[in-house]
Amino acid sequence: MKPPPFDYYAPDTLDEALALMAQHGYGAKALAGGQSLVPTMNFRLAAPSVLVDLNRIPDLSYIRLAPDGGLLIGAMTRHVQAEKNPKVADKHPLLHATMPNIGHPQIRNRGTLGGSIAHADPAAELPALMRAVQGRIKAQSARGSRWIPADDFFQGFFTTALAEDELITELHLPPLPAGSGWAIEEVARRHGDFALVGAFAILHLDGAGRCDHVRISLFGVGDGPMLATTAMGVLRGEKLDDEAIATAAEAAAQKDVDPPSDVHATASFRRHLVNVLVQRTLTQALARAAGQEVTA
Amino acid sequence: MSQRIPITVRVNGVTYQREVEPRLLLSDFIRHDLGLTGTHVGCEHGVCGACTILFDGQPVRSCLLFAVQADGHNILTIEGLAPDPDHLHPIQEAFHDAHALQCGFCTPGFVMTLKPFLEENPDPSDEEIREAISGNLCRCTGYDHIVDAVHLAADKMKEASS
Repeated sequence: MKPPPFDYYAPDTLDEALALMAQHGYGAKALAGGQSLVPTMNFRLAAPSVLVDLNRIPDLSYIRLAPDGGLLIGAMTRHVQAEKNPKVADKHPLLHATMPNIGHPQIRNRGTLGGSIAHADPAAELPALMRAVQGRIKAQSARGSRWIPADDFFQGFFTTALAEDELITELHLPPLPAGSGWAIEEVARRHGDFALVGAFAILHLDGAGRCDHVRISLFGVGDGPMLATTAMGVLRGEKLDDEAIATAAEAAAQKDVDPPSDVHATASFRRHLVNVLVQRTLTQALARAAGQEVTA
Repeated sequence: MSQRIPITVRVNGVTYQREVEPRLLLSDFIRHDLGLTGTHVGCEHGVCGACTILFDGQPVRSCLLFAVQADGHNILTIEGLAPDPDHLHPIQEAFHDAHALQCGFCTPGFVMTLKPFLEENPDPSDEEIREAISGNLCRCTGYDHIVDAVHLAADKMKEASS
């Protein structure tokens, strides 16, 4: 239950951090909030030879309005900062609604948004949120920087598109389409624990009341955040009512997921939860798209 | 290997200078290097909350920080909470009065979690209290008496500040 030895660097600037990542390559791990990395080191599931601590770099922590009306968030922004930020509450109600579901208060005081995305836990909220909102992740290395769409970033079990010398420096969350409805729901044994299953839904209706935009993103059911593409296809172009929502939820549960059985839940229970949570999130999102107040 | 890094940390108002191996957890530093054994170590992977301390005023899990990361920072542990050796902090008093502890192993983590919570929320609802303590496990009490104690502590803290 104690981490194996490693060499420790705490650079003051991003350039120094990128140089260290380039120098140490595969053996180096970036230490952000440490709320996932340190437990895996304590269990000796991870044994990096070098830790590059990003906590002394001041300019990686910010929340700004993006030119498109969405948000640009520095990778080292802590969960609690996003949770309590008035810009987030105002400009991105779905991110605002997501934050209290992430871990417990003590975890949110340390954990960072960039760290959660880089860790890519299949049961975590933020990777699935990034897919739901079609966000982008800025990866930087000593070689330069690039933006990676969330749909390409998550590549499998704890696996991302980041190269070994790259760090996440910024997240871009585009605004939700004007007039769209949204929802997040999850089921966890204890509030704040990792979800057995969770779902995000975003939908928008055209002037005739037909669905012209829909995203359903699931977590806890696969090797990474997953889109319920069959269910999304069922809804696109349709007038949405309880029956259409029930059909989409059934499609999500039967066709879009092949959930694991583990000590926390059986596959069939997870499939059942997908059905229930997709129904709940779509129902809430539809009500919001129709301009109704929703208390989840 | 076995790099040693000098750190300066302020704990409960006292400045300590020590040399630490990078892999030393802050929880072990506090207990073994500083001898402050009121901070308890339960799960060592961030689930139980027993090792909660205040790091620059915010409750965090000390088993998920390395001591070297505390360089230049300000820490409060359960030993630094009471105003003097003859008096308890109102939260400690309330836990005592409301029978909010049995074995007591989880108690320092609960108390440290609750201090900033009650300072920010002087009159919390049951629901807010349960959310605030969701990251702390207690295997004895069933939590009801802890929730009672938090209400009592809120009253005591209001009295003390009025």
